[in-house]
Amino acid sequence: MPETAARKPPSASENPALFQLFLAFATISLYGFGGVLAWSHRMLVEERRWLTAEEFNELFSLSQFLPGSNIVNLSVVFGSRFRGARGAAVTLLGLLGPPAAIVTVLGVLYVRFGEVAALRGILAGIAAAAAGLILAVTAKMALPLFRRPIGHAPFVAVAGFIAVGLLRWPLHWVLLALAPVSIALAWWRMPR
Amino acid sequence: MKTDFDTLGTLALQFLIMSLFAIGGANAAIPEMHRLAVDVMGWMSDRQFTELFAIAQISPGPNVIIVTLIGYKAAGLAGAFVATAGMCGPACVLAFWAGRTWERFKHAPWRMALQAGLVPVSLGLIAASAFVVALAADHSILAFGITAATAVVSYATRINPIWLFAVAGLLGLSGLV
Repeated sequence: MPETAARKPPSASENPALFQLFLAFATISLYGFGGVLAWSHRMLVEERRWLTAEEFNELFSLSQFLPGSNIVNLSVVFGSRFRGARGAAVTLLGLLGPPAAIVTVLGVLYVRFGEVAALRGILAGIAAAAAGLILAVTAKMALPLFRRPIGHAPFVAVAGFIAVGLLRWPLHWVLLALAPVSIALAWWRMPR
Repeated sequence: MKTDFDTLGTLALQFLIMSLFAIGGANAAIPEMHRLAVDVMGWMSDRQFTELFAIAQISPGPNVIIVTLIGYKAAGLAGAFVATAGMCGPACVLAFWAGRTWERFKHAPWRMALQAGLVPVSLGLIAASAFVVALAADHSILAFGITAATAVVSYATRINPIWLFAVAGLLGLSGLV
């Protein structure tokens, strides 16, 4: 049984039912306009008290490090810890099901009305703002890497930017070359 | 919309691969999605990609949901499903496995090197993503101004991005962006 392998966190009085897990992640997903992470913290730590703040941070750092969407990873790891494979499936479905349905409806509308000038204008404005948001995230991520002593990290980041952003090389080839080098450098520079 | 099995196969394969290389979240894979959908496969124009990206930004749910829109534009409802499942499948299996084994390696040196080594890689990818989206979106002075202003406000404050999108959308409605 997958349930026996599930870890029970000390903060939880009992494991939530599958339906509750689904509901929690559907809510996180639907309320999470422009920041699903903040909502997941509020729901899992503050409202339902399924995780302590430390447990959430640990879960999030693992989810961030794994490839793919951070919040999708978080939902899978969280669901599996409480309710095994079925829990993971349910949290994933809760997180992606409702927004996928909504966005598909928007896609249908877009294919039909995408050439309307007013809509094009609105979307152009939003896209410009979205570029700014990613720029801000980049700056926030970059700041700690450029503190002294400056290691190899900025060079790796710049190499990745040039290869993917400027040269537009395929992502998987760039990563297969760059990631091992970066990990080896991190290993070599690690205090032991 | 017609069901095109070649397109579905391409969507499945490409997003299955992308799933495992999106180090730093869905936003890190935006340049690759753009390359695939616009440059290689020609499923949409540069402008249409930007518009779908904007729609994904203002939709509720995680950023990865743009994959559903790309799939829909490329091959209809089946495409939306195949692309979404492809982008989430391998990463979810990996997350499931890692969630159960990771604590065992908490203090292993290789894990720390792995984690430390991937941070600058994901930074480079996110920076590339910002560049690619800005390049596709900023065709006017006003658009460039919106990007710059949003970057500064979002960096300096903790304002919910939905307000920035609302202002930018209204400016866009003027037709000058």
